Amino acid sequence: MAFDLNVNGASYTVDVEPETPLLWVIRDNLGMTGTKYGCGIAKCGACTVHIDGKKVFSCTTKVSAAVGKEITTIEGLSEDNSHPVQIAWIEEDVPQCGYCQSGQIMAAAALLEQHPSPSDLNIDTLMSDNICRCGTYSRIRKAIHRAAEIAQG
Amino acid sequence: MTNFEINRRKFIVTGASAAGGMMLGFHIPAHAAAIMDEPWMATDGGQEVNAWLVIDPDNTVTIRVGQSEMGEGVFTGMPMLVAEELQCDWANVKAVYADANRNARQKAEPYMVAAGAAKETDGVYQRMSTGGSGAVRRSRIYLAQAGASARERLKQAAANAWGVDRSVVTAENGILSSGGNSGTFGEFAAAASTIQLESEPAIKTPDQYQLLGTSVARLDTPLKVNGAAVYGIDTQVPGMVYAAVEVSPVPGGRLVSYDFDAVKDRPGVMAAYRLGDGGIGTLNFNLEEVANRVTGIQSGVAVIADSYYRALTALQLMPKEWDAGGHGDVSDTSIIEAALEALANPDDPTYNPADSVGDARAVIAASSNVVEATYVTPYLEHACMEPMNCTAHVTADRADIWVSTQNPPRSLSVAAEEAGLPEEKVHVHTAFLGTGFGRRLRQDEVRQATAIAKALGEPVKVIWTREETTRQGKFRPYSTYHFTASTDADGKPEAYWNRIVSHSIFNHQIPQFMQDGIDGQAVEGLDERLPYAFPNKQVDYAIRDSHLPVHWWRSVGASQNAFAIESFIDELAHAAGADPLDFRLSLMPEGSQFRRPLEMAAEEAGWTTDLRRGEGMGIGLAEAFGTVSAQVAYVTVSRRGQLRVESIDVAIDCGHVIHPKLVEMQMESSVVFGLTAALYGEIHIKNGAVVEDNFDQYQMLRINEMPEIRTHFALSGGDKWGGVGEPAVPPVAPAVTNAIFAATGKRIRRLPIRNHDLNA
Repeated sequence: MAFDLNVNGASYTVDVEPETPLLWVIRDNLGMTGTKYGCGIAKCGACTVHIDGKKVFSCTTKVSAAVGKEITTIEGLSEDNSHPVQIAWIEEDVPQCGYCQSGQIMAAAALLEQHPSPSDLNIDTLMSDNICRCGTYSRIRKAIHRAAEIAQG
Repeated sequence: MTNFEINRRKFIVTGASAAGGMMLGFHIPAHAAAIMDEPWMATDGGQEVNAWLVIDPDNTVTIRVGQSEMGEGVFTGMPMLVAEELQCDWANVKAVYADANRNARQKAEPYMVAAGAAKETDGVYQRMSTGGSGAVRRSRIYLAQAGASARERLKQAAANAWGVDRSVVTAENGILSSGGNSGTFGEFAAAASTIQLESEPAIKTPDQYQLLGTSVARLDTPLKVNGAAVYGIDTQVPGMVYAAVEVSPVPGGRLVSYDFDAVKDRPGVMAAYRLGDGGIGTLNFNLEEVANRVTGIQSGVAVIADSYYRALTALQLMPKEWDAGGHGDVSDTSIIEAALEALANPDDPTYNPADSVGDARAVIAASSNVVEATYVTPYLEHACMEPMNCTAHVTADRADIWVSTQNPPRSLSVAAEEAGLPEEKVHVHTAFLGTGFGRRLRQDEVRQATAIAKALGEPVKVIWTREETTRQGKFRPYSTYHFTASTDADGKPEAYWNRIVSHSIFNHQIPQFMQDGIDGQAVEGLDERLPYAFPNKQVDYAIRDSHLPVHWWRSVGASQNAFAIESFIDELAHAAGADPLDFRLSLMPEGSQFRRPLEMAAEEAGWTTDLRRGEGMGIGLAEAFGTVSAQVAYVTVSRRGQLRVESIDVAIDCGHVIHPKLVEMQMESSVVFGLTAALYGEIHIKNGAVVEDNFDQYQMLRINEMPEIRTHFALSGGDKWGGVGEPAVPPVAPAVTNAIFAATGKRIRRLPIRNHDLNA
């Protein structure tokens, strides 16, 4: 079946089964590999993208449910690493292996939309969907606070 | 049944569309990064001065990295080692992976041999395996030599041009100068590459470092905040198809049958292959044959399709029948019970002595003050964030492998063997690794993907699901320990006797490494390497293997041995009514390397035993990979038994530090890794198969559980160069369980912690 998708402001048509997870459409059909496969069951957050500005797990979102909506992946967050979260991530040297970081950054960007000046409890609550096996958590926390400062000028 | 069934019509159609249609929307990053998105890509142009570095006319220096970037920072630290000596401008440094194919074809360069930094038989990139916490300590000399020898050649080239002696030419920040003459490294790189020196320069001593010791920004960070960094699983090759694989859930079991007809007409499905056991692949997974144990192909099946999801769906829907290969009765309980039975019988004939001082057995037998305890640690899986995968393309005269590997030369040799090609015709494209932790040293996925690609004749990306990645893990062995100590009336130990029974990695896969029945890794930190001295000491080791494949897991034997010994030392301290810190220090011999890190960790943590009920501090200590790590954990336990690890102070002595921030990051990473295992880590076996398959069952530490981690450097300097990637893992578990004892009086002797009720 053909599905029309809006990803990072561009339109794409993909021919896949309706139950195909958005994750694999983004990665295999659109060739955007920044969004990662980690678990396939919405338990690690590596596949986090935004749909209409809200974070979702693309591994358990069917492609059919994303039609007509604005999908943003890590590649669409900014053109030049200029999103406050990306700036803060670079300042704090957050990533180690980096594999989970697309999902962490997308989750953090969504968190800051919801809580422009987040508390540690906000971060604990909204970032605990995302696993990091390198243990970058304390730097993630610091970078989210820093990104909030950057966003507010 | 045939081993290969193909739906030819669909193969042709989808093969063509995959090549044309996949690339739309492919991301091109807007920045000029110091590292390519695809880190294996060779640099175009520029002048190679030696195998490690290329200098462009614009003075950009590209430094080749022989280690694999899996988060530990080698794409920053390794170039720093070269740049320190080269004295180029760090702002102009780029990094790229060294080429394993070249390493297979070319031996160490003559200047490196002349300098004594390589043997003639070494490959040009020397040690390309990333493990054993060895990146800095085992490559720093030859990387420094590469930089120093290049620098002196640049100076000689300038000296020749200017008609002066090399001794009056300086090289700083990529600029060569002498009197009124100056020029860039780029201008003299071509001439430098042809120069022979009478003798090679000496490398710097740590007191001369300018770049090393500073925390420059990681070169890989910009690629890791926008999705640009390409991991093995992200590989895209024109014409590529996808494979989903499932192999026997019971290691050593076999696929009895499968019904490809039931799924072959599903969209995009092309083919199915039987793997191993009479199917494709030269080596079958057969525990009877040691040579097959490491990379052999487990019996199973692969389904090929034009997208991964289509391949995976067909694989999951395809009827399959399995045979447990005689292991169907095995459980984790049966494995551990067999070990505990051996542990309970000191006269079991399978014990071999690992260390012996005096006559501990006799002293204990005659004593009336005896302390005894038994500890158990479980099997663990690595849980790499990036599931296992490998992309391969095999033709009659060339094989290409794209993989997140900790050992590119081993990937290359395994692929060459499986493809039936000489090594010089195999190209390994090392990607960024979504962690490794030892798992990506094994190469079983490389053999499997190569076999599939060879049979298919097309480029194919093989991805294991998270479930397959966990079930087909190569596990950290379980281990069991019994300690008996006798003390005098004041609690001072007179004799110490430790029996260890475990699944041995060496016995399982490298039996030639066994020494007199002892697996040196299984007794790490417990034999003569024990931090504590006893007048009488006996350490005995016996093996009880199972059918599970076992492997190195970040910090290997120390990962679990430190839990056992540091817990027992704590028990001895409490039995003696002594402060656990003072008690440990009292058992350390004069000049012990453990003393200063332990004292520093205790001081920085504000060590005290005077805390309220529900609060506790605990100590953990270990030496591994040349580095001592001492840790003090501070925990709270609520009246309802809710544990919170509040903080961990880590003091390390790795001798020298080349990048303090990278070390701090590794300490944080190690603590989270060790704490995850201590709190939650446990692989169960039922009917011969691994029970845990995904993160809903195999639990990981999350941000809301993150303790504060403080790193303290207790550096002894001198000749000591220790690793940093692993040594801080082992002390975490005992620091936390000893703190739990201090807080609650509950002694945890079997991991993980979550199985214990801490409710007061």
